[in-house]
Amino acid sequence: MTILKTTTLQSDPVERQAVPDPTPMKASDMVRFRQVNKRFGETVVLRDLDLDVAPAEKVAVIGPSGSGKTTILRLLMTLEQPDSGTIEVDGEHLWHKANKRGELIPADEKHLRTMRTHLGMVFQHFNLFPHMSVLRNIIEPLVRVRGMSREEAATRGRTLLDMVGLAEKECAYPGRLSGGQQQRVAIARALAMEPKVMLFDEVTSALDPELVGEVLSVLRELAQQTDMTMIFVTHEMRFAREVADRVVMFDQGQIVEQGPPCEIFKDPTSPRTRAFLKAVLEH
Amino acid sequence: MDAVLNGLPHLFRGAQVTVEITILAAILGAAMAFPMGVLRLSKRRLVRTLAGAYVEFFRGTSALVQLFWLFFVLPLAGIKLDPMTAGVLALGLNIGAYGAEVVRGAVQSVPHGQVEAAIALNMTEMQRMRRVVIPQALVAMLPPLGNLAIELLKLTSLVSLITLHDITFNAQTLRESVGHTTEIFAAVLLMYFVLASAISVGMRALERRVGRWREAPLDRSRAALRQLADTMGGVPA
Ligand SMILES: Nc1ncnc2c1ncn2[C@@H]1O[C@H](COP(=O)(O)OP(=O)(O)OP(=O)(O)O)[C@@H](O)[C@H]1O
Ligand SMILES: [Mg+2]
Repeated sequence: MTILKTTTLQSDPVERQAVPDPTPMKASDMVRFRQVNKRFGETVVLRDLDLDVAPAEKVAVIGPSGSGKTTILRLLMTLEQPDSGTIEVDGEHLWHKANKRGELIPADEKHLRTMRTHLGMVFQHFNLFPHMSVLRNIIEPLVRVRGMSREEAATRGRTLLDMVGLAEKECAYPGRLSGGQQQRVAIARALAMEPKVMLFDEVTSALDPELVGEVLSVLRELAQQTDMTMIFVTHEMRFAREVADRVVMFDQGQIVEQGPPCEIFKDPTSPRTRAFLKAVLEH
Repeated sequence: MDAVLNGLPHLFRGAQVTVEITILAAILGAAMAFPMGVLRLSKRRLVRTLAGAYVEFFRGTSALVQLFWLFFVLPLAGIKLDPMTAGVLALGLNIGAYGAEVVRGAVQSVPHGQVEAAIALNMTEMQRMRRVVIPQALVAMLPPLGNLAIELLKLTSLVSLITLHDITFNAQTLRESVGHTTEIFAAVLLMYFVLASAISVGMRALERRVGRWREAPLDRSRAALRQLADTMGGVPA
């Protein structure tokens, strides 16, 4: 079974100089999709996707339901495997590694674990650990994964809880919190691991309308303060306009159009974008 | 009646043996059930198949036959087990197979989003299992495991057939010596019932301890409602 298409790198240095790489890696790319394909059974979800994200860039991914937005994030978070193509994070292959002869071979669990240190994700349904208190949700991965001492982890956890406005909830179990509070804890938990790239998958769409604001304002502040690379899949157009450096409009597994928010929202070139924005904004 | 009362210590000695086998077989059963239940979900097919074979074998053949194999057939191959060892082994392996299914079901009942969150936090496969999945699965598996523990208690009466002097065996010998069949077996019934109740109470206490985090606001309001209904004179909850 060949889930991963194995691409051969030029192993001969002379040859490598002779044949220039058709798509040279910009030293600055933090995330780079190249010709990525993904299907579930008969459903083609991503078609030959190329997507670059610069360091510290804030990208908002918009598009109709089922267009493959979540799948992009899941491929990056190593929750789903691409059928073909390559994904690079901070200049390193995510799903592949080079063997001794310089060929790309499917990555093993060890390589994936190294790569995951660069990535963090916040989920639509929070996915807090319900059997751990709020503070322990943050401490546990720091201690187990990062090998931090409990005291140090607790200090960092409290700082982050304070930042998301939940300092007084550290002892509560997630089940006792509102959705908006749970999502803020989930954001703090992901931030604590200090990833280079943070992925946000419709983090407000499971919330009651009156709780959306508190989560978005935390994210807005965060986006302004950090130089973390961030990819937001979102249906909140106002948020996307305020926070994103670039908006990527997605449909049927392909990028329909992309550009600065002012362009995309004010003057979209693609009729599909126009139709989508019209439908969303009328809502 | 006196004869029965005089015979009670004899029954109590039997109860000691019953309790001892139940505890030892439960320990063995748990030691089999946890790894086997988890391994049945392994990514490796060979591991999955081997764990599955254990479960199917011990579930699919009767506990009594397994007991007889260990006690009567193995000696023919030169392996001689004392009755206690044979009893604990047979019952422990048997109940462990059922337990493995309970563990597997409970592990599968933990939402997949939990594992994905753990992956996103870069936990190892082992850490995901130990820190995230098992603690949550435990809450789901305790009630059915409590049932199995009671099943096991009742299964132990089989060991009377391989010369162990448990409650059932001693009841038989008592009946043969003094008669009073009805009274003796009433006492035996009561003893099993008391032991089973003790297991129930113990398991429920354990459930409460392990599932403390589960007392979400919703559950509490429901409990309060039930209490209110009780004080108002038993409106069905
Ligand atoms: N595990 C899976 N198995 C089968 N099909 C899947 C799976 N995950 C996603 N899909 C399908 O892939 C397509 C794209 O899914 P994806 O979740 O990426 O869309 P999306 O753009 O995030 O949509 P939404 O806005 O509804 O969240 C959908 O048609 C979906 O049904
Ligand atoms: Mg989605």
